[in-house]
Amino acid sequence: MTVLEVDGLFKEFPIRSGLLQRETGRVRAVQDVSFSIGRGETLALVGESGCGKTTVSRCILRALPPTKGAIRFSPEPGKSIDMAPLSRRALRPLRRHIQMIFQDPYASLNPRMMVGDIIAEPLLVNGMPAAQRSARVRELLDLVGLPAAARARFPHAFSGGQRQRIGIARALALDPTLVVADEPVSALDVSVQAQIINLLLDLQDRLHLSMLFVAHDLGVVRHVSDRVAVMYVGRIVETAPTTALYATPRHPYTEALLAAVPKADPALRDQTSAPRGEIADPANPPPGCAFHPRCPYAVERCRIELPALQEIAPAHWSACHRSAELSLRGVA
Amino acid sequence: MAEPVNNSSHALSVRDLVVDFVQDTGAIRALDGVSLDLHAGRVLGVVGESGCGKSVTARAILRLIDRPGRIASGRVLLDPGSLEQQELSALDPEGRAMRKVRGGRIGLIFQEPMTALSVHYTVGNQIIEAIRAHSDLSKSAARERVVALLHEVGIPRPETRIDAYPFQLSGGLRQRVGIALALAAEPQILIADEPTTALDVTTQAQILALLRRLQRTKGVALMLITHDMGVIAQMADDVAVMYLGRIVEFAPVARLFVAPQHPYTRALLRSVPNLRAVPRERLATIGGAVPHPGSRPVGCPFHPRCPEVIPGLCATQAPPEIPAGQSGASCFHAMAEADA
Repeated sequence: MTVLEVDGLFKEFPIRSGLLQRETGRVRAVQDVSFSIGRGETLALVGESGCGKTTVSRCILRALPPTKGAIRFSPEPGKSIDMAPLSRRALRPLRRHIQMIFQDPYASLNPRMMVGDIIAEPLLVNGMPAAQRSARVRELLDLVGLPAAARARFPHAFSGGQRQRIGIARALALDPTLVVADEPVSALDVSVQAQIINLLLDLQDRLHLSMLFVAHDLGVVRHVSDRVAVMYVGRIVETAPTTALYATPRHPYTEALLAAVPKADPALRDQTSAPRGEIADPANPPPGCAFHPRCPYAVERCRIELPALQEIAPAHWSACHRSAELSLRGVA
Repeated sequence: MAEPVNNSSHALSVRDLVVDFVQDTGAIRALDGVSLDLHAGRVLGVVGESGCGKSVTARAILRLIDRPGRIASGRVLLDPGSLEQQELSALDPEGRAMRKVRGGRIGLIFQEPMTALSVHYTVGNQIIEAIRAHSDLSKSAARERVVALLHEVGIPRPETRIDAYPFQLSGGLRQRVGIALALAAEPQILIADEPTTALDVTTQAQILALLRRLQRTKGVALMLITHDMGVIAQMADDVAVMYLGRIVEFAPVARLFVAPQHPYTRALLRSVPNLRAVPRERLATIGGAVPHPGSRPVGCPFHPRCPEVIPGLCATQAPPEIPAGQSGASCFHAMAEADA
């Protein structure tokens, strides 16, 4: 069952300059992005900075209005609502079903509120009576592995990992259908990161959560996601079940990303390599395939014609003219 | 009593370094007896989680510890055992001699190159200034050298980029400029503090490849500070693992990854996400979090989180330090295994 279906999403930001602030160009941050997330499924959206992954997540939360496209959400089976054209008021009843886990556990908690109040706030806003709220907060603290006494303390008393647990408890307070997590572990130390990854996996098993996991760390993504969508300069260039994407990437950019990760094994030094050049500017992307100036396999066609996403293998899609003939290197 | 340091291949030696941050409530010990050596042509990787003291070690070497921090004891020796030996830990941090070392004999690469670069001057003018502070080159000769340097660090069209301001460059290009600035005075030692942490993975791979090439061709001693075991595996010759202000394990890189001795190193390596994991595979974790340096545990600093703690020993006595230049772990358990 599909919980979220994003269909042909575009998001453009105007570039204004000069005295009259005339629009002189457009950053095409997200271009024709489509994907779906099933109940209990985690889709990871990966890519480097500026690729549009965070913009996609902000459009889904309707923190940004999309320029074009549909965002169909199913809060319950048999019901599907396109959120893209909805007004703020019309969105309000839907918001409780989609919650967010933030990157920075230091910036996302109000330092003047006690932890119990932080977690109870979404309950309060949705009109839950005080006695029930209190019981729910206790339940949530237990769920994320914090002691009940944490409710009467302020965020500064907690470490980064514990603060992220508080943020997760707040996100889960209203029993959401979909959780959008934007780089939820990238600010944490390795040993704490491992605890939070395990917690997210456990919670998902228990609560059948659907999750959009926005991240740049391919190691973390391998552990948490069922499927992966790789973005480059505003577009999804490859999407596949996690194991297939890592073992047999079908887009040269995915191959380059995997090759660039420094492997935690000194015996694999010769398996790490860097692609040439720099990430293209989304305000001025190259014609044809945006990756062609950096691609070692590029041919004339890649410089002219934009490749469409095609199903290369079951559930494995790639936007590369040469997907069928190339044999790319994964990490299996 | 510190053992005499006498080895000509040592570019720099740190012995029993202790750094305290003195506050009203008492002194917080940030470094608790750190000893290490940097060798020409070798890369020392220093790895650990936040608060372990890896950056404080670099700052103490360069005498950049700000008040209320201070070096409480220990020595930092440049060119130990040679005729030019200088005891950096005895110099005035603001003095002329130390300024000659900083950016002169020892080059510095930061996580965010904008820390080192001014927004008000072109990259060329800043590097020219660094060159002229440490040599008697004329302005035009220095400018020529900057173009060569920018070319060397892989900046396309260096003749025009020399007149760019830092904000006009991408993060990757800025870090290349940061590296060019660090190399300006032809240092024998480079200290890089998380040089790729702020960069994307493909840019990181480019910068690491550049650092390795420069380190090899110039034969400099590189101290590479990072939290990333992947970066360590790819770059280091020797590795110092730090925890709460101490080096808890020191080993050549291959040995550290194949046969880690300290329970902390073992746990840290197991908790790194793996590109070959089975989907939804749980990671090994270390219980708890790194304690605040202000509430340093008695005995072995790792004992409250250690799965292999020896009752009655680890919680009361600190395990002996690893002698500088030797491999090993500062751990009673590992020592008993080594003796057996």
